[in-house]
Amino acid sequence: MSFKHNNIMTKGLVLLSLWLGVAGQSLAEYKLNFQEPVNAVGREIYSLHMLVLWICVVIGIGVFSMMIYSIINHRKSKGAVSSDFHESAKIEVVWTTIPFIILIAVAIPATSTLIKIEDTSNADLTIKVTGLQWKWKYDYDNGVSYISSLNADHNKARQKGSGVDVTKIENYLLEVDNELVVPINKKIRFLVTSDDVIHSFWVPQFAMKKDAIPGYVNETWTTVEKVGTYRGQCAELCGKDHAFMPIIVRAVSEEDYKIWMAKQLASAEAAAAEASADKVWSKDDLMARGEEVYKGKGGCFGCHGANGEGVAVFPKLAGSAIAVGPAATHTDVVLHGVPGTAMAAYGSQLNDLELAAVITYERNSWGNNASVVQPADVKAAR
Amino acid sequence: MSETMTHDAHHDEHPTGIKRWLFTTNHKDIGTLYLWFSFTMFMLGGVMALVIRAELFQPGMQIVDPNFFNMMTTLHGLIMVFGAIMPAFVGLANWQVPMMIGAPDMALPRMNNWSFWILPFAATLLVAPMFIGGNFMSGQGPAFGWTFYEPLSGQYDKLAFFVFAVHLLGFSSIMGAINIIATILNMRAPGMTLMKMPLFVWTWLITAFLLIAVMPVLAGAVTMMLTDKYFGTSFFDAAGGGDPVLFQHIFWFFGHPEVYIMILPAFGIISEIIPTFARKKLFGYASMVYAIASIAFLSFIVWAHHMFTVGMPVAGELYFMYATVMIAVPTAVKVFNWATTMWRGSMTFETPMLWAVGTVFLFTIGGFTGLMLGVAPADFQYHDTYFVVAHFHYVLVSGALFGIIAGVMYWLPKWTGNMYSEGLGKLHFWLTMISMNLTFFPMHFTGLAGMPRRYADYPLQFADFNQISTIGAFIFGFSQLIMLYLIIKCIKGGEKATDRVWEGSHGLEWTLPSPAPYHSFETAPEIK
Repeated sequence: MSFKHNNIMTKGLVLLSLWLGVAGQSLAEYKLNFQEPVNAVGREIYSLHMLVLWICVVIGIGVFSMMIYSIINHRKSKGAVSSDFHESAKIEVVWTTIPFIILIAVAIPATSTLIKIEDTSNADLTIKVTGLQWKWKYDYDNGVSYISSLNADHNKARQKGSGVDVTKIENYLLEVDNELVVPINKKIRFLVTSDDVIHSFWVPQFAMKKDAIPGYVNETWTTVEKVGTYRGQCAELCGKDHAFMPIIVRAVSEEDYKIWMAKQLASAEAAAAEASADKVWSKDDLMARGEEVYKGKGGCFGCHGANGEGVAVFPKLAGSAIAVGPAATHTDVVLHGVPGTAMAAYGSQLNDLELAAVITYERNSWGNNASVVQPADVKAAR
Repeated sequence: MSETMTHDAHHDEHPTGIKRWLFTTNHKDIGTLYLWFSFTMFMLGGVMALVIRAELFQPGMQIVDPNFFNMMTTLHGLIMVFGAIMPAFVGLANWQVPMMIGAPDMALPRMNNWSFWILPFAATLLVAPMFIGGNFMSGQGPAFGWTFYEPLSGQYDKLAFFVFAVHLLGFSSIMGAINIIATILNMRAPGMTLMKMPLFVWTWLITAFLLIAVMPVLAGAVTMMLTDKYFGTSFFDAAGGGDPVLFQHIFWFFGHPEVYIMILPAFGIISEIIPTFARKKLFGYASMVYAIASIAFLSFIVWAHHMFTVGMPVAGELYFMYATVMIAVPTAVKVFNWATTMWRGSMTFETPMLWAVGTVFLFTIGGFTGLMLGVAPADFQYHDTYFVVAHFHYVLVSGALFGIIAGVMYWLPKWTGNMYSEGLGKLHFWLTMISMNLTFFPMHFTGLAGMPRRYADYPLQFADFNQISTIGAFIFGFSQLIMLYLIIKCIKGGEKATDRVWEGSHGLEWTLPSPAPYHSFETAPEIK
């Protein structure tokens, strides 16, 4: 099986693009077919796709050449006289039966591949994937858990009027702050769910796509044969920033995976210790951390704007009744979300310290001047 | 006697000006209203498509914000489906069904008037939220995709506008469908048995039953959305014990027959046109009727092939895959029948024939990609990518829309009494044909390479094909102005059309004078 470009077709398309005057720098990079699969199921899906494609091409050539032949030859201007045949039960039976047989020939390999895709048993490792507007949360079975969002530089560049030439950015829209890390040659089971609207978890080279649906835990699985970075994107419309929540998976050797995991466990412990201490923080410290959360992990700026001015139909925070009103109401909104709107419940995404910091930041920025919220207050409100 | 006379006199009274159009109960006037409404919506939806394509011309956000972009994709889809394609077919049915079955008018003329006049209000409710609120460019209208999946649609703050717009569209469609069924079943000329009906009439009869079956399901879905949003129910809200996937099942139980509602009447038009210009009877009339009926039946039992990735049990996926690929059989039969009708005919290629043959070629490509999408394991890769966008534009643009244009060109001389300009017609056809492929063919590649649909911005490797699509889309859009000019020119005058118009024409509508009289057949013709 070859994933190389079909030369004639590629050249033809290059010429076409040149002719249209749209030749860009990335001309050599475009693909005409699936990205190269990195596991056995992916290769099976690819060959099934090519099988059906070729069947369609052959039938198409047959039907189209018959039509083209008659368009050229059976025209009045060439003196063609119309025949009057218009019925034949025999022909109708033949061309009903043949497609039926072809379909059965396709259905047999399709069935066996489908059964493999849906067999999530005997997994070596399970990772829970939660879709959030507009980022992903990954939970490993040993408790390591983190949120993965679009790389901050890419996020700045993609804003309208950013003044950045995005064609100069490597892997534009396909970089995140925290990659999902998996070991190679292991059966990895993903439990896919969502906390708000429906998303879809898709990494093309794994040939795996599963919807993340609130209230459902869907299962899917993959194995990765080669060390490398694999890039995917959300595949179900999930609102404003649907195009800006990529999925980046770094597949590493088993030893590297163990080293990485040990580091994660250590830093998770440290963070938990810091956040749970009932220490009283200074306003300046909370503001500094709050800004980090607001513009980073929490992703608050995505809807409420970098300066609390609101984005599109989403409310502004500068001078908002909630942000300058009673701290308890503000804390409740951030902790539990607002049902029926895009405002998520951040209680499950951020720890007490992060929540206290971001709430304090919102209450004391952009001209707002209200009370400070401490981690202990958040803990009590949970 | 005197009563009959007043009755006749009343019929001859033609109000003029705005009143003629507001109060009309005439099938031709109402057909005209439907067609102009459809054209207006086609232009509006087209402008939205051009906003989408302009934004996607290069990576990065240049023209609109993501929320506005999502609103454009949503309204483009809804307007084209409910505002352009469906009303155009009802308009064609209004004009043609009475003339083709030998009836004076539709069976239920007052309801006919009402079913049309609901539409402008529905369209207004759909589009108005764009302008309600302070900031137009922020995208204040619906921005959740034309499939309005819950829970995303539940986050929309002006959901009630959308729900009531869909209700009105549903009323209109159901009334239109009832009228068409009543007309076809009761008003056929003596001797016209069901199996002697023209195929356009057959396809509309079946389409009308599909409409009556599924529009109430759609109404149910949006009503549940409404009560979830405003009255505290939890049909689709997982947190309240509801089920977001239930929404998709209900939506696609409507949605799949809906795609056949949009294509079957086009099949009927093609089946009228090809025999006319091949000067040869349609091959396999009976098998055509059975194929349409089978497609209509199958359309009810395949809906979850739109949902292979929601996490169905494997047995469910297998069933929906098998049932879906089965549709290829009757569809193939139809294509074979059209090709065989052309075979050893004596063909000429006036504009309607060009559109009809173009439809057969390109719809077949859309049919092939449909078969590919039906194969569930491969669908996991295609699902929600540009491959799907390419597929449904090949069936809806080069199937439904091309079919509608073919029908308009075919019957326009009968409606206006004037021939249109062949030169303009051919120019419009070739520009549209080329730009259609330039727009949508590259989407197959972007989709296979992994570009998800409904993306306001995309990684760099998709840039080239997106540029080609955008250039194609602009040529396509502006080419449609040629059609507008052609039609206005034809209404205003031109070479007088004969009654038969086309050398190979067949069927009752061609026995009427051109332009056709206000009340089509005052005396029913006899069919032998």
